[in-house]
Amino acid sequence: MKGRISGLVIAASLVLLAGTAMADTIKIGVAGAHSGDLASYGLPTVNAAKLVVDEVNAKGGIDGKQIELLIQDEECKPEKATNAATKLISDGAVVVLGHICSGATKAALPIYTEAKLVCMSPSATNPELTQSGQYPTFFRTIASDDAQATLGAEFAINTLGAKKIAVLHDKGDYGKGYAEYAQQFITDGGAAEVVLFEGVTPGAVDYSAVVQKIRKSEADVVMFGGYHPEASKIVAQLKKKRVEVKFISDDGVKDDTFIKVAGADAEGVYASGPQDVSSLEMNKAARAAHVAKFNAEPGAFFDNAYAAIQALVNAIDKADSTDSAKIMEALRTENVDTSVGTIKFDARGDAEGVGFSMYQVQGGKYVVVQ
Amino acid sequence: MDWQYLAELFLGGLTRGSIYALIAIGYTMVYGIIELINFAHGEIYMLGAFTGLIVASVLGILGFPPAQILILAALAAIIYCAGYGYTMEKIAYKPLRGAGRLSPLISAIGMSLFLQNYIILAQTSDFLPFPSLIPEFAFLDPVAHIFGSSNFVIVLTSSVSMAALTVFIKYTKMGKAMRATAQNRKMAMLLGVNADKIISITFLLGSSLAALGGVLIASHVGMVNFAVGFLAGIKAFTAAVLGGIGSIPGAMLGGLFLGLSESFATGYISSDYEDVFAFTLLVVFLIFRPSGIMGKAKVEKV
Repeated sequence: MKGRISGLVIAASLVLLAGTAMADTIKIGVAGAHSGDLASYGLPTVNAAKLVVDEVNAKGGIDGKQIELLIQDEECKPEKATNAATKLISDGAVVVLGHICSGATKAALPIYTEAKLVCMSPSATNPELTQSGQYPTFFRTIASDDAQATLGAEFAINTLGAKKIAVLHDKGDYGKGYAEYAQQFITDGGAAEVVLFEGVTPGAVDYSAVVQKIRKSEADVVMFGGYHPEASKIVAQLKKKRVEVKFISDDGVKDDTFIKVAGADAEGVYASGPQDVSSLEMNKAARAAHVAKFNAEPGAFFDNAYAAIQALVNAIDKADSTDSAKIMEALRTENVDTSVGTIKFDARGDAEGVGFSMYQVQGGKYVVVQ
Repeated sequence: MDWQYLAELFLGGLTRGSIYALIAIGYTMVYGIIELINFAHGEIYMLGAFTGLIVASVLGILGFPPAQILILAALAAIIYCAGYGYTMEKIAYKPLRGAGRLSPLISAIGMSLFLQNYIILAQTSDFLPFPSLIPEFAFLDPVAHIFGSSNFVIVLTSSVSMAALTVFIKYTKMGKAMRATAQNRKMAMLLGVNADKIISITFLLGSSLAALGGVLIASHVGMVNFAVGFLAGIKAFTAAVLGGIGSIPGAMLGGLFLGLSESFATGYISSDYEDVFAFTLLVVFLIFRPSGIMGKAKVEKV
């Protein structure tokens, strides 16, 4: 046993030596769940990184320097994530792609912040990660959990001109979260007011009392957080009771089953859903490259991870430096074409141009309206 | 005081209450006769909605007008579900009639799970759209924002079927035999009442009303799913207990009471607490008046 450990130590030192020997490589850390229950969320990111890096290296690397990937598994466990972060920093990573889960990312971020290392997650959606302002070196290529609520509320106020908004939810985590973010956004903005905030009981035999309450509140827009079965009952009863309001909901409603069940009542309903990126040329190319190299369809967050590594490589290239401040400057100013479209990052680290679109039911189909 | 809002909530609660009452009668009749809480009753309601959907789809393709479809679909659902109720009693409850109170109760829960899973396998676990079969009445048009055609049809159908049931139980020979069986099954049998037949009829009637409720409500809310019977069943059961389980007028009153309470609680407090309110009422009743509004306190024989 002892012999094996010292063998490992020797092997590790050799690797380290080899690392120092090739000092002119640019090292990019990749951290996330690569084993364990959540490996399926993390491994596609590793594949995406390999694909992009191989392509860049084949073309001569960044300004003549080859890119080397440092891959760290942390199983989405916060305590392992801090170790992985420390290891990546001591191994000389200039940027980190990861982490995957919001919890692990949150645990690792103080370490990257301390070391002033750029960290970009393809999948951590917890709103606080960017909004708290505590982690200035953090970026992400996925929309945060509150993005849909923000989009919905903005759409209601700016596009539909709503002054009074009724916010409903189905009391579940997803729906209630959406409703709470929407309420907060509307209240903070001050351009409209929340006239009703209510949870409805999923599966109830009718919603007429809530519908009457909506009428009484004189709302011009109803925002609903939840899933399609309740949404279709509510829109049907609004129509039956002749309450003239616009209805905005979330990804749980942007489902063809909603249109099938609600039928004619679904017409005109707005719902937000992920942007459709599958028709982008770069997205098709990335997916085809994945199939060619790994002989399988890409998995979860592959698009976001592919875009993240593209953005990182581009920023290092444009910054002509591995200095974090210059890389961050490039991330915030340079538009980059990625597999999820042309993006750059805002001051908080969220990607502009990534996220949700607003759809409306028109003629029995969801059509993009914004 | 906003009288119009009050009226809106009252009429909404009336509709909801009529639905509960229609289902609650099935619970209370079965309990009255064999002291069994038939937990599969909510599933009969769900089966009624599904049968109605299938028949309505076929008739819709054949080009019948909505009102005729509604009547035919409701009739088909009633007949089909009455058959289910009858068979269910023969398979799941009759063999356990002498076996204490717990065994048939467990059998009822099993029956409920069986029927739900049967629908998942035979039909689908998805939500299905239910056509809006209740026609829009012109005379209700001015008040449709408060009390629409479907509310009207639901309240009217419930009232008529409950009145018919009351007449049947009070004034027919069969009704008399039913009351006798409910009071004392052994004595009724000694006097020549065929208790097996009475129990079968009870299940037939209760299931018919549940099926009727299923079709009306599915048409009112516009969708069906294998799980719709669960919450409706629990609420109707609560209504039956509030009214005094075993008493038919009690089930009607209990249903209306529960529906109105829920509607007012939603309207004046918050719909977040709709269920909390319903079940708090149940607990309060169980503590202070366990026999319900119309039920008679039972004297245990020593």
